[in-house]
Amino acid sequence: MARFILGRLIGGIVILWLVSVLAFVLFFVVPKALGNNPAVLFAGRSPDPATIAGVTKKLGLDRSYVDQYWDFLRGVFVGRHFDSGSNRSWCPAPCLGYSFRNDQPVWSEIVDALPVTASLSIGAAVLFLVVGVSTGVFSAVRRGGLFDRIAAAVSLAGVSLPVYFTGLLLLLLVSYKWHIIDNVHYVDFTHNPALWAWNLIPAWLVLSLLYTANYQRLTRASMIETLGEDYVRTARAKGLRERTVIGKHALRPALTPIVTIFGLDLGVLFGGAILTEHTFGFRGLGAISIDAVNTQDLPVTMGVTLFAAFFIILANVLVDVTYAFIDPRVRPS
Amino acid sequence: MTAPPGEMMVESVTAPAVVPTEGRSLWRSGWIRLRRDKPAMISGTFLILLALIAIFAPVIVALLGHPPNEPHYDLLDPNTATPRGRFGGMSWHYLLGVEPVNGRDIFSRTVYGARVSLLVALLATATAVIIGTVLGMLAGYLGGLWDTIIARLMDLLLSVPSVLFAIAIVAVIPNKAFGLSGSSLRIGVLVFVIGIFAWPYIGRIVRGQVLSLREREFIEASRSLGAGTFTVMFRELLPNVAAPVLVYATLLIPTNILNEAALSYLGVGVRPPTASWGDSLAVASHGWYSIEPIFMLAPGLAIFATVLAFNLLGDGLRDAFDPRGGR
Repeated sequence: MARFILGRLIGGIVILWLVSVLAFVLFFVVPKALGNNPAVLFAGRSPDPATIAGVTKKLGLDRSYVDQYWDFLRGVFVGRHFDSGSNRSWCPAPCLGYSFRNDQPVWSEIVDALPVTASLSIGAAVLFLVVGVSTGVFSAVRRGGLFDRIAAAVSLAGVSLPVYFTGLLLLLLVSYKWHIIDNVHYVDFTHNPALWAWNLIPAWLVLSLLYTANYQRLTRASMIETLGEDYVRTARAKGLRERTVIGKHALRPALTPIVTIFGLDLGVLFGGAILTEHTFGFRGLGAISIDAVNTQDLPVTMGVTLFAAFFIILANVLVDVTYAFIDPRVRPS
Repeated sequence: MTAPPGEMMVESVTAPAVVPTEGRSLWRSGWIRLRRDKPAMISGTFLILLALIAIFAPVIVALLGHPPNEPHYDLLDPNTATPRGRFGGMSWHYLLGVEPVNGRDIFSRTVYGARVSLLVALLATATAVIIGTVLGMLAGYLGGLWDTIIARLMDLLLSVPSVLFAIAIVAVIPNKAFGLSGSSLRIGVLVFVIGIFAWPYIGRIVRGQVLSLREREFIEASRSLGAGTFTVMFRELLPNVAAPVLVYATLLIPTNILNEAALSYLGVGVRPPTASWGDSLAVASHGWYSIEPIFMLAPGLAIFATVLAFNLLGDGLRDAFDPRGGR
């Protein structure tokens, strides 16, 4: 068990390192290769020659790629200085980049935006897991029934609807036509938990619709498989109540593949959250990354991308480890 | 879902004797099963029509609309910048009304939007299929270190948030690169970005199929006759993975349509004034949709109908060609 967890952790670290190399190549090597000066990209909108020279110096863009990568990597762990003559900027660890445009480390912007994206993603995940799994179980038990057929149709529509369309549609109804929630905006949880939840409800519904459909289909397929197993027949033959048979004997093994898929879906969920927050006008990680593209503040885009990739990979390692606890077959002896 | 073998035999008896029962290929029996799947056939017909609309967009717009980038300020209320009349100024001349601010013909922009959507989704799917099939076959057939590297790479690409990376890639690419510029560069970038994150979906399927085919007698026979790695891969394995690849490629197209529309909606995809469904939704989302829902309904329903049709066709193809796959 310990060896398995250690193995996954080492695997996770290797992948994190690969992502950092990939990101470095994407943000420092690719622009140069395509004839874009990275200093211009990092400096912000239409910089003057002095700013460009300053940024080149600060980032050490005139040095070799190996040196640049080393500084970049060291910044993540111990922080780094960006020096150019008298102008010194300190970027504490974890330094994912420094926005020369706003003259602050990217990390502080990420920390501000994170609660929005996290509230949206976590709430939606709880909603789609609960609704998706329970409707999936119901569909599987009453296979071919009215509920199953309606659920199949709703699922199909759900996977075919883009969140930025359903989001606008829901806003139109809830906010403009029915005036249930006027002026949907993000309220901080610490400020007022009730308003936080109330304003997030439309966004949670929209974001979870797509995944509810997926998890309904998955749970249904997985349940149908386990319901056909011999041990379920045995449990029934013992005279156990149907509820116990379904809830304990059939559902538990059916959930294991769902945990794996949930881990894999986290990245996609993140992408969905970005689209949803854009539609609802919440200032989450996606919003700051897109704003950064429009204002040409590349360090922010880079920081958000790195942060999201690191976060997702760590979450995946955690899911793998959890999986080993749930399903003893995964543990290599 | 799938026709059981018994049913098939009955069908072949009652069918005209022209079709011989033996030697019916996978493709032929698949087609017979697909033909019975009504939703899939209707979707297929719809998609052929849509492809024709996309190809003949200039002709259709010349007959029924106005050039997609032509402003019509005379149709707008100068105070609110919204179209005069009900439903976004819908009329026989402007079938779906006109956009706010510049009065561009919504019908024409929706028709032209189909071009970008289908072009990007199909090219990105083709990219994903080529990379996914080759790397999936290499991983499955060669095994060992190759398999480890390729499988890990697929895991990585599937787990990172592709939307954020797509935004980042768009941000670092200059206005002129690879001898392209303007909207052709944007389309090229979109195809690359979407394709590079989509190939693992195909790669995983192909790898799994090849792993189970690898030990079969015909592969061994081919190898013992002196066939090299590439001959085995392309002559023996490729025809056997073609059916599942076709099925999952069809199911990948709607995902790619949604991704293209998403990036254009976020403002990092096709650049205005080129018409795209995602961009039309972005225009509507700036508060205009609350005044007149048609601004968002036209592009939104276009995306929904297209994606739904591809999903239904893909499900039909899966049931027809890959009876044990999926559900």
